[in-house]
Amino acid sequence: MALQSLNVTKRSATTTQPPSVRTAEEPVAKLIDVSKCIGCKACQVACMQWNDLRDEVGTNVGVYDNPSNLTDQSWTVMRFAEYSKPDGDMEWLIRKDGCMHCEDPGCLKACPSPGAIVKYANGIVDFISDNCIGCGYCVAGCPFDVPRISKKDSKAYKCTLCSDRVAVGLEPACVKTCPTGAIQYGAKTDMVLRAEKRVGDLKERGFQKAALYNPAGVGGTHVMYVLQHGDDPERYSGLPSNPSISPWVSVWKGAAKPLASLAIGLAMLGAFFHYVTRGPKDEHAEGESK
Amino acid sequence: MEMKVNRRQFFKVCGSGLAGSSLAMLGMSPQEVMAEVRAFKLSRTTEARNTCPYCSVSCGVILYTMGDKAKNVKSRIVHVEGDPDHPVNRGTLCPKGAGLLDIVHSPNRATVPEVREPGSKEWKPISWDDAFARIAKHLKADRDANFVEKNDKGLTVNRWNTTGLLVSSASSNESGYLTVKTARSMGMVALDTQARI
Repeated sequence: MALQSLNVTKRSATTTQPPSVRTAEEPVAKLIDVSKCIGCKACQVACMQWNDLRDEVGTNVGVYDNPSNLTDQSWTVMRFAEYSKPDGDMEWLIRKDGCMHCEDPGCLKACPSPGAIVKYANGIVDFISDNCIGCGYCVAGCPFDVPRISKKDSKAYKCTLCSDRVAVGLEPACVKTCPTGAIQYGAKTDMVLRAEKRVGDLKERGFQKAALYNPAGVGGTHVMYVLQHGDDPERYSGLPSNPSISPWVSVWKGAAKPLASLAIGLAMLGAFFHYVTRGPKDEHAEGESK
Repeated sequence: MEMKVNRRQFFKVCGSGLAGSSLAMLGMSPQEVMAEVRAFKLSRTTEARNTCPYCSVSCGVILYTMGDKAKNVKSRIVHVEGDPDHPVNRGTLCPKGAGLLDIVHSPNRATVPEVREPGSKEWKPISWDDAFARIAKHLKADRDANFVEKNDKGLTVNRWNTTGLLVSSASSNESGYLTVKTARSMGMVALDTQARI
């Protein structure tokens, strides 16, 4: 297999350069307009249908969130936030949670297994399960707490942005099914334009702080939100207002890695010299002396 | 060919070989930057257009069936998705419609006509012939007993008020026309479609 359906730009724990002359490939994006979402969960069902997943039937936890969190079988979950406004009124803020497909993915940076996480030229961050060793570093590296390790096969799973559909020119399954048009898909530049128009609409309708959520801390994302209250993303079930990759990931994969390699090398060299100068350990003699 | 290796070259070769294999053992061997997505699962399925059976909106769906309908293949629906060319939903589906595949293959799905006799708690499967005969018998008995030919002023009204018919919302105009013709020709007054439920 020499070529692939989607060009790869980044590959976990790999330093070789990817084939990179095809530069005209357009980055894609999914735009989730929280102000248009009615929380019907069609996206959750479409996701499971397309990806051949069936989560366990859960129990009611007192809110509409079902399942109550992302799982290895539920790669997207509607989070229903009940926000009490200062005037006593309640606001229901429904956010479709799932992988944000960061331009600078923390999971990929943290992943120690070569090729378990890749980023395609169109911006999709994908887990290649065959190469996953189930260490869970991607969970620690993710600023949005998205990947989940399966108890069944100890591999990490998350939204693929339907990379298998995108590769043949289709939109992700959740986008196709969304009855209110709250989820849109297209080239990232087009999605940003569309979001700006919608933000303008919302501002005219009294949401003065409406904004596009495309956080710079992770280089922007390929899943973006239109938020009515863009000044306070935390209101939407704890969406981080300024997400960034934990500095420990950089230490671990940056400075610590060559040092650790050096330590391993020195240990081997030491063992070799010890063997040369002292010879093999003579257990037999020790046993006799006792 | 005679190879001449002096002492210095011998150490160089040994040293670089040791260093290279050690690095490879430490996971530093160069690997190709490539990955492939999951293969597109619908590439050779057969598409059939249909209508979602749930509510009155009657969204268009596409049923994806495995196989190419060759003689020795038993087709099975493997995926259901919205029909982008259908004017009602243009590809979208609600959570119930999006999960249609699971009712297609549900073990609880009614696949044959069933009857629950008066006083019985059990549903009993019957053949389509029996079901049609039974329905016709009940309709005739009720119509014979309750048909109103004239009202109290002596005007001919031909009303049959005691039986109603609820028809599918997923019917085409033609089958809707035929349904109305059939029901009204018998005098049936309570005729409705699921589209209003």
